[in-house]
Amino acid sequence: MSTGGVSGGQSAGPADDVDGVYFDLRLYVAGQSPKSILAIENLRRVCDEYLPGRCRIEVVDLLETPELARGEGIIAVPTLVRRVPLPVRTLIGDLSDTDRVLVGLQLRPDGLGSL
Amino acid sequence: MNGPCPVWSGMSDATGAGPAAARNAGGVVSRSTPASDSVRELVKAPTGIGGFDEITRGGLPRGRATLVTGGAGTGKTLFGLEFLVWGAREFGEPGVLLSFEESAAELATNVSSLGFDLPGLEREGLLAVDAFRIDAGAIVAGGFDLEGLFIRLGSAVDTIGAKRVVLDTVEVLFTALGSESTVRAELSRLLRWLKDRGLTVIITGERGRSGELTRHGIEEYVSDCVVVLDDRIQDELATRLLRVAKYRGSLHGTNEYPFVITDRGMVVLPITATGSAHPAPDERISTGIDRLDHMLDGGVYRGSTVLVSGGSGTGKTSLAGQLANASCARGERVLFVSFEESAEQLLRNMRSIGLDLHRWVEAGLLRLWAVRPAAFGLVEQLVQLHRRLDEFMPSMAVLDAMAGLNHLGTSTSVSATIASQIDMMKGRGVTAVLTSLTHYGQGESSALAVSSLMDTWLLLRYTELDGERNRLLSVIKSRGSAHSNQIREFVLTDQGAELLDVYVGPRGVLTGSARMAQLADERAAAAGRGAQFQRRRQALERRTAQVEQQITVLREDLAAERDELDQLIEQDVAAGEGRDADRAVMAVHRWADPGATRDPEPDQP
Repeated sequence: MSTGGVSGGQSAGPADDVDGVYFDLRLYVAGQSPKSILAIENLRRVCDEYLPGRCRIEVVDLLETPELARGEGIIAVPTLVRRVPLPVRTLIGDLSDTDRVLVGLQLRPDGLGSL
Repeated sequence: MNGPCPVWSGMSDATGAGPAAARNAGGVVSRSTPASDSVRELVKAPTGIGGFDEITRGGLPRGRATLVTGGAGTGKTLFGLEFLVWGAREFGEPGVLLSFEESAAELATNVSSLGFDLPGLEREGLLAVDAFRIDAGAIVAGGFDLEGLFIRLGSAVDTIGAKRVVLDTVEVLFTALGSESTVRAELSRLLRWLKDRGLTVIITGERGRSGELTRHGIEEYVSDCVVVLDDRIQDELATRLLRVAKYRGSLHGTNEYPFVITDRGMVVLPITATGSAHPAPDERISTGIDRLDHMLDGGVYRGSTVLVSGGSGTGKTSLAGQLANASCARGERVLFVSFEESAEQLLRNMRSIGLDLHRWVEAGLLRLWAVRPAAFGLVEQLVQLHRRLDEFMPSMAVLDAMAGLNHLGTSTSVSATIASQIDMMKGRGVTAVLTSLTHYGQGESSALAVSSLMDTWLLLRYTELDGERNRLLSVIKSRGSAHSNQIREFVLTDQGAELLDVYVGPRGVLTGSARMAQLADERAAAAGRGAQFQRRRQALERRTAQVEQQITVLREDLAAERDELDQLIEQDVAAGEGRDADRAVMAVHRWADPGATRDPEPDQP
C-alpha cells in the first residue's frame, strides 16, 4: 500500500527520472493460457519500443513454482512486477492497455493519456 | 485431486435428520446444485463451536460453502478460525486459511489469547495460513483472472490434505482489483472449484451499510448456508447475536442466538433446545421440610425445575437454602449462585435460621458463587454458569435470585436467558432451584414469564393482619404430582424452616399472632364454659340439699299434725263415753224409750 502511492508527476516528468535506468521486470503467468501468451507478447512490445536495451524480463510460471506466488503475494494472473527501479510497482492484466502499462511502469506521466 | 472425494462418509458425529425429512421441512430442494449432489445425503461438518453444532444439528454442510457475514468486529474471522482449529484438533480435518485482511502473524497473535496456537498447528501440518496483502496501488492493464489464488490455494490444500477452507474476507478483492465483473466470475469459478474438491468452505463477507447481507452480493454464489453475525446494543449492553439465515436442505434453529467470545473461543447459546428429550427420573428428592414434602406428595422430582417466587423478605433464599442443605445432607453436590449476597453473608444468614451450610462448603459438597449481576453481560453469565456446571457437576443448582438479572437486559432477553439456563440444566439432569422476586400485586404472574418452564412452583407471600406480616406458602403447581391445595404458614425458626397449619375460621385465614390469639381465645372460652358448668353443678347441689331439707321439715310437720289429730280423737272418744253415761242417767230420769237415746243430740250446745 505504501509503495503503491502514485507519485503523480505533473511537474517533473517521471519519464525523465527513469531515463537510462535499467528495468528489471518479472511477469507471473499460469501455464500457456491465452492471457499468459498475450501478456508476454504485449510486454515484449512495450519493452522493445520504450525500453530498448535496458530491460530484463523474467517470466515465472506459477504452475511450475507455486511457492513463488505466495512469496510475492500474487493473486491475479498475469501480474507484472517492476522490481527495479524502486519503488516496486505492480500491474495486473494481460497488458493489452498500453497506456495503462506505460503509466504503471512510470514511463509516462499519469493523467492525460490514461483512463 | 479431482472430483468429489468421499472421505466424509466416515463422519459418524455428523447428525441431523434424514435428508428427505429435512428437505421437506426446509421447503427448499437444492435444484441448482449438480445432479450428483442432490441425491447425496446431506452430511455435516461439525464446527466445534460450542452451541453452534446444536442449533444446526451437526454443523456446516460438508463439501459446500457457507457464508458468514456481519459488520466489522462481529467475530467473522474468529468463527472461521475456530472452524479450522477445532477441525484440525478435534475432527482430524486439516484446513487452509486464506486471509485477505490480516497477516499470518497478526492472526496468530489475535487468537493466541484464546489458546489457539496457529503456528503450532502449521508445524504439525494441520493448518496452512496464507495471508494476501493486496497492493492497493496495482494498476489494472488488461484482462486477468485469479489463477494465482487458485494455484496458491490448490498448493496449500494438497500439501496438508485439507478438508476445510476459510476465505476471509474475499470481498476485499472487489475493491482491490477494481474489475468487478472479472472478480465476480472468478469467485464463482473458485466456489465451483472448491466444491468439486469436496472442501467444506467458509467465506466471510462484510455486511452492507443498508442491510444487504454482503457489500458485493457474494451471497448469490453461496447458496447453501448463510450465517449472520450481529453486534447489537440493547439497554446499553452489547449483545452478540448469531442467526442461521439459510441452511439449504437442513432443519435449523431460526432464532437469533446470543453468543459470547470467551477465553476459550466462541460459545453460542441455544435459547430453546432443538428437542426436549430430557431424562425424566421418577425419583423424588426431599425439600428438607417434612411437611412441604408431604404437600408435594413426597418431594420434588430429581432433575426438575423448582421456582420459588415471592416478594422481598418472604423467605425465598431460606427455602432455597433448605433445599440445598437437604441435597448436601444426602451427599450430593450443590452449586449455589447468589446474585444478591456475598458467600459469607449467605452462610451467616443461613446460620441464623439453623442451617449450617459452612460444613458442606468444607466437605466440598456445596460451592457458592456470588456474582454481581452487572459483572458480566447476560450471555456471559450463562457461559460462566455452563462452565461451573461442567467443572463441578452438581446434582442441584440454585439461582438466587433471578430478578437480579433484570438489571441486565430487556425482559425478553432475560427470559430467553433463563429459558436456556433451565434447558441446559434439564439437559444435564440437574435439579434447578430458581428464586424470583415478584413485586406486590403480581404474586402469581411471574415477572419473568418463565413459569411455564417450571415443574414445581412454590409461592411465598405475606399476609398482613392485625399489624403484622406473616409468611404463607402455597404450591401453585407441581407437575406430575398430586399436591396439596392448602396454604401453610411458613415459619423461619432457629431450627430451620417449618410449615404450620394456618387457622381457618370465621375471621378468615389467620396466621402469626392472630392465629395464636385466636387459639388463646378458644382456650379461654372453653375454660369459661367449664367454670360455668361447675357453678351450675354446685348451685344444683346446693338446691338439692335445700329441697331435701325442706322435705324433712315438711315430713316432720305432717307427723306432728298426725299426732295432734290422734290426740284429739282420743280425747273425743273419752268425752263421748262420759256423755253416754250421763244420757242414760237422764233417760232413766225422763222415762225415755231406748230408741230415742240419740235424738236430743242437736239440742246439745
